[in-house]
Amino acid sequence: MSAMENDTSIGDSLVRNTPGVNKRRLAFLLCVLLSIAMILPLAWLARSSLMEMGQIFIFPPEWIPNPFAWHNYPDALTTIPFFLYLWNSALVVVPTIVGTLFSSSLAAYAFARLNWPFRDQIFAVLMATLMLPYVITLIPTFLIWSGLGFVDTYVPLIVPHWLGTNVFYIFLLRQFFKALPKELDEAAIIDGAHIVQVFWYIVLPLSRPALLVVAILSGLGAWNDFVDPLVYINSSEKYTVALGLSQFVGLYTSQWSLLMAAATVVIIPVIIVFFFTQRYFMTSITMTGLKG
Amino acid sequence: MTNSSSPDGVMLTERPSGRSVTTGARARMSPRRRSEITWALIFATPAILGFVLLKAMPILFSLYISMTDWSAVGDAHWVGLDNFEKMLFADPLFWRSLQVTAYYTLVSVPVSMAFAFFLATLLNQRIPGLGIFRTIFYIPSIVPIIASTVIWLWMFNPDFGLFNSVLGAVGIPKLQYIFSEDQVVPSLVFMSIWGVGPMMIIFLAGLQEVPKELYEAADIDGSNAWHKLVHITLPMMTPTILFNLMISMVAAFQTFVQPFIMTNGGPNNGSLFFVFWIYRKAFQDSQMGYASALAWALFIIISVLSYLIFRTSNKWVFYRGGDD
Repeated sequence: MSAMENDTSIGDSLVRNTPGVNKRRLAFLLCVLLSIAMILPLAWLARSSLMEMGQIFIFPPEWIPNPFAWHNYPDALTTIPFFLYLWNSALVVVPTIVGTLFSSSLAAYAFARLNWPFRDQIFAVLMATLMLPYVITLIPTFLIWSGLGFVDTYVPLIVPHWLGTNVFYIFLLRQFFKALPKELDEAAIIDGAHIVQVFWYIVLPLSRPALLVVAILSGLGAWNDFVDPLVYINSSEKYTVALGLSQFVGLYTSQWSLLMAAATVVIIPVIIVFFFTQRYFMTSITMTGLKG
Repeated sequence: MTNSSSPDGVMLTERPSGRSVTTGARARMSPRRRSEITWALIFATPAILGFVLLKAMPILFSLYISMTDWSAVGDAHWVGLDNFEKMLFADPLFWRSLQVTAYYTLVSVPVSMAFAFFLATLLNQRIPGLGIFRTIFYIPSIVPIIASTVIWLWMFNPDFGLFNSVLGAVGIPKLQYIFSEDQVVPSLVFMSIWGVGPMMIIFLAGLQEVPKELYEAADIDGSNAWHKLVHITLPMMTPTILFNLMISMVAAFQTFVQPFIMTNGGPNNGSLFFVFWIYRKAFQDSQMGYASALAWALFIIISVLSYLIFRTSNKWVFYRGGDD
């Protein structure tokens, strides 16, 4: 009777006490247990961020903060100049999003909907760079920016995105543009529209969901990025949030509750963005897996 | 008017003119076609420039630096293959970091793939609350790496961390986790399975693509769940498995933030990951030449492994014909 488990008919869900139903109960139970396990580190984070120093070092540990040390948050945000780092992160994240949208939508349009010599070969070469380990270009790129005098500025963090170096976004938009009906372009061209007008007035407005995905993913990427700021930014007053938090680890390792409060503040914006855009997230991931 | 009926003279004049019309069309294209190519090139220029300036040139530059003794300041002296010789014969930490990285990759890739596959199979059942479970399983992978390293650093804390308190409750003596040379890599593997969200979603999409008729046919033949997994699900999933294998292998080989934030490569170089070793050489010891040689070694190792996986893939990856 294990035949039930993959049966797609609606009727069998009404059948009780068959192995298929038991199996589904087991799956549900496992999902609940695994959900608890997956959430546990975040619960541990939240609990630790709200504890007084005295309580956090009690063994065996307690789960409920007593009292709730809400002051850890303002304390953490003032111990590290968090709002300065937040502003710095914004100075990187916003131009990164705009630059990624600019360079990848233009390139994706050229690769998806225009005919030009060596188009597919050039696209294949660009795609091959996705397999390149980042360390191979990290050192020479650092030396180039250093030679140009841009170390300790945000230029090396931003400019690459204006030049479409994350080919994944070009790929994502190209997939989307290719799926739009070709007749739209052709009709517009016959009516005398210019290629630039087709791109701006037809293709871009129809691609809002895909552009949103690219904006979210590139924005989160810049917010989370740790290695590039670590390599390029030296002055502490220019640190981004991620880099600032890493410095906090070294300096205040014993002050776990402050560290946990700071980590929570770094995570919260990401979780909020994720909750509002979950649908797009999942779609973009499956696109990489199935069509890549 | 056919060629055979026309006199030679006519044929001669007609043929060249016919040819010149077609070649002429290629040489002077219609204005619309020319404008299309021009605008395509303008649109693709930022991306092509990015490839040339920030990928192709740095790669060549890196190859050159790897054969010098450059320290980022002063002059670079050509040393040929000395850096590679030093790496292979005079740098025990090269072998140490390679061993640590290979060990981590060899364990974390299969373990996290199996876990992601298991989660995807659960989410492919018809049970209530699927959307909520999917979200919960996925959330850990969106936590910024810097924050997750901080959280796990605290959970691994031998005295006040979560894990030892759970073990203590059931009477197991305290473990040292990332503070022990033997346990540091297994601990980081354990941490890595927390972030299998994207892999799980890719597996789930793959599972949902498996044609239902295959299971129905198997049911008629009286197959049990295990048979269906081994003879239907796994073969149909091999392209997805190959994709996840490649991505996670390349990512595992480039592990950097965990050793940087949590262990500083220790204890006793037990978590001296390869990229962390490159970072130290380049940005702490300013040995740009040697670090570039190390980066090339990593590039070669990853390329060879990817090639081998691809070469063997035609033996175990099953592609459905005519579907894509």
